Amino acid sequence: MNNFEFNREIDIAWCPGCGNFGIRKALIKALQDLGIEPEKTVLTSGIGQAAKMPQYIDSHFFNGLHGRGLPLAVSIKSVNPELTVIAEGGDGDMYGEGGNHFIHNIRRNPDITHLVHNNMIYGLTKGQGSPTSIQGLKTTVQVDGVINEPFNPLAVALSLGATFVARSFSGDMEHLTETIKAAIMHKGYALVDIFQPCVSFNKVNNFQWYRNNTYKLGEDHDKADLSAAISLSLKTDEYPLGILYQVDDKPSFEERTPVYTDDKTPVIHRKREIALVNSII
Amino acid sequence: MKKTLTLVLSGQAGQGLMTLESLLAEAIRKQYYLFTSPEFMSRVRGGNNSVELVIASEPVDAWRKGIDVLFVVGPESFERMESRLNENSLVISESKYIPEKERSKLNFIEFKLSELAKEAGSQLYGNTVAFGYIAALLGLDKKVCHKAIRSRFSKLKEDIVEKNISAFDLGHEKCRDIQLPVEIEKVKDKPAGKVMNGSTAVSLGALAGGVNYVSSYPMSPSTGVLMYLASKGKQFDVLVEQAEDEIAALNMVIGAWYAGARGLATTSGGGFALMCEALSLSGITETPCVIHLAQRPGPATGLPTRTEQGDINLALYGGHGEFPRIILAPGHIKDAAILSQKAFWLADKYQVPVIILTDQYILDSMSETEPFEFDESALESFVIETKEDYLRYDLSNGPISPRGIPGYGKGFVKADSDEHTEEGLITEDFDVRIAMNDKRLGKLSLILEDYQDAELLGNDDYERLFVGFGTTYGVLKEFVEEGDGRDAFLYIRQPYPLPESLKAYFNKAREVIVVENNATGQMASLLKSELGVGIDHQILKYNGEPFSIEEIEKESGRLS
Repeated sequence: MNNFEFNREIDIAWCPGCGNFGIRKALIKALQDLGIEPEKTVLTSGIGQAAKMPQYIDSHFFNGLHGRGLPLAVSIKSVNPELTVIAEGGDGDMYGEGGNHFIHNIRRNPDITHLVHNNMIYGLTKGQGSPTSIQGLKTTVQVDGVINEPFNPLAVALSLGATFVARSFSGDMEHLTETIKAAIMHKGYALVDIFQPCVSFNKVNNFQWYRNNTYKLGEDHDKADLSAAISLSLKTDEYPLGILYQVDDKPSFEERTPVYTDDKTPVIHRKREIALVNSII
Repeated sequence: MKKTLTLVLSGQAGQGLMTLESLLAEAIRKQYYLFTSPEFMSRVRGGNNSVELVIASEPVDAWRKGIDVLFVVGPESFERMESRLNENSLVISESKYIPEKERSKLNFIEFKLSELAKEAGSQLYGNTVAFGYIAALLGLDKKVCHKAIRSRFSKLKEDIVEKNISAFDLGHEKCRDIQLPVEIEKVKDKPAGKVMNGSTAVSLGALAGGVNYVSSYPMSPSTGVLMYLASKGKQFDVLVEQAEDEIAALNMVIGAWYAGARGLATTSGGGFALMCEALSLSGITETPCVIHLAQRPGPATGLPTRTEQGDINLALYGGHGEFPRIILAPGHIKDAAILSQKAFWLADKYQVPVIILTDQYILDSMSETEPFEFDESALESFVIETKEDYLRYDLSNGPISPRGIPGYGKGFVKADSDEHTEEGLITEDFDVRIAMNDKRLGKLSLILEDYQDAELLGNDDYERLFVGFGTTYGVLKEFVEEGDGRDAFLYIRQPYPLPESLKAYFNKAREVIVVENNATGQMASLLKSELGVGIDHQILKYNGEPFSIEEIEKESGRLS
């Protein structure tokens, strides 16, 4: 099965050695393993090197504006819940430019998968600080080092009631594939923050740094324990990898939105009766 | 100017002026034609709000500045309305709201509303007491009025309803032998027309155009459409979501269209400004979208609850880069419905953003229009089932590449905000760039094949041509129809794109006068640049009010 792969050579615009290659491989493998049909899958994204991912996956996609991958994803899913919808982008795209959508779509809880490549730097614009850059990181704009507190996507998601919050690493194919699979299978909004080295612009948080500063959550971690998940999300000495939190008790946006409470037919398949409109004039 | 009686109710926000207006309107409409237009301050309580009721024996929808009867129910109300009175105007109020030195100069009639409301039970009955009084003043059918009360308060307990009826009767008895400044003849066997405000008309049009997705952020005066569609969401299978901001709203609407829905974003100038990047996204991805742009005076927050036609340039030039768009500007209730319906069909057919340009004045004004029905034509879908080798931006069939949606067919629908190949993948090939740009811009001439025709009112053999778009329709129509017969009014319903054929109207005129509710004459500039026509005069107004018929008469008189 070669679903989601092109049947021809494609030109990929990422730097050699970029973590994006690993993420692409893991995503395709996850989709294939789950037997998801490319004809019923939509990838949405914004702008940035990570946001180019949909270009390199043979399926439906909408590569929109910087920061706006989530609004596209939530509306696509809500008008046709039969589709598998994945929003993907980088830390600048999703946590910076699209920060407001990140916050409010967690509150909505749409049944989508949200993959955020987190390399703690801006790549496409060539090396400026990102919302997740660690303090002290010297960049082309933050010339004396980043002074702002790094954004903590996992803690934010947990505090807003997300029901699936995970972190993985582009350098660990198996872990990443399994985490993405779990995220796609999860009903409701699922966040996977994916640590990834930027070989061109982040010389501090490189492959070895991620190896040295992360650890995998063990089998003993209780994924339904919110307090434990919040504590883990706040750890910055060593970052935990894995599913920090997952519960299945919350209805999704599509389940709660009034138009679907009595009728599950996607709104795009419903017919408008002009006589009914005329009857209320 | 038509013979009308203009009654203005004026009081504080939160006093229930709207209840009084709706009770009166229901009863008046049984025997007269009625046009109502509210104006309010941007506050929830206090200040001064007013509603104008224009009563006539024939259909009317032009705002009047002059007040025949001013009915005051609160402080500060008289002072704001004083300049609109003439020597025949009646002022009805409790004494405390009218400065003592003014009373003798006015045709002042004391009406002890608070006292009577107390007598009727409590201040809560003030509205029905006032209703009774005004009903007697206008000679409205008492039975019809009672019926209006019963239907309005149908959810209240029976004894409360009866107390309201008694309160009405109490007010009714207090009005004796008052001569109205203008007598309007009752209409015998008046046909039942359609009564609605612009917000409802736009919403109904959207429903008839197949809207099934709405994402918007509340902003006056566009919110009426959002609320109306939310209230009908379940009945009509419309998914309505309040977005976190306008940026999200339009991106969500575009996503919905991409997936096969017909989406609408309703907003005002400030919100539209935030949507401009997404407008451009709709342009390059050729994903249709419909935006209702409800104008209010800017810049920035401006006058949030007032009216203006100041955002034509925003609608026309908003968004970076070059891409086609359609702007529709309804001037009356029926067109607000019909053009809003058409907007969805045009968007789907041409895969472009369509902007419905309205303003506070038309959205909040309520008028009676001849009965009309929607047909099914706008529900025609242009979405195709894709084949395996589907190319979203296929260049082989002219500017319109058939649009597929995900999940319908074997092909993949790849939409990209970058310049893209026929497949939808990023490219920097200069030849492809030119081909794609030409394809997108090539739609403009096709769109003109479905131009929403302008309408000429008044004398076909005119000397002076008054040109207006959108909501100046009411005053300009009345002006040319009631004038000396040498004028005509060209009502432009689609300000963009404009066809060359419109030039003929201009060439025939000895003088061209463009009338706009803004300060800089944006439509006049557009006519000049698009059609190369000459404009002799402009009549502009930009204080936040709509044009009144008196102003049009005065200004046009000054020009001749």
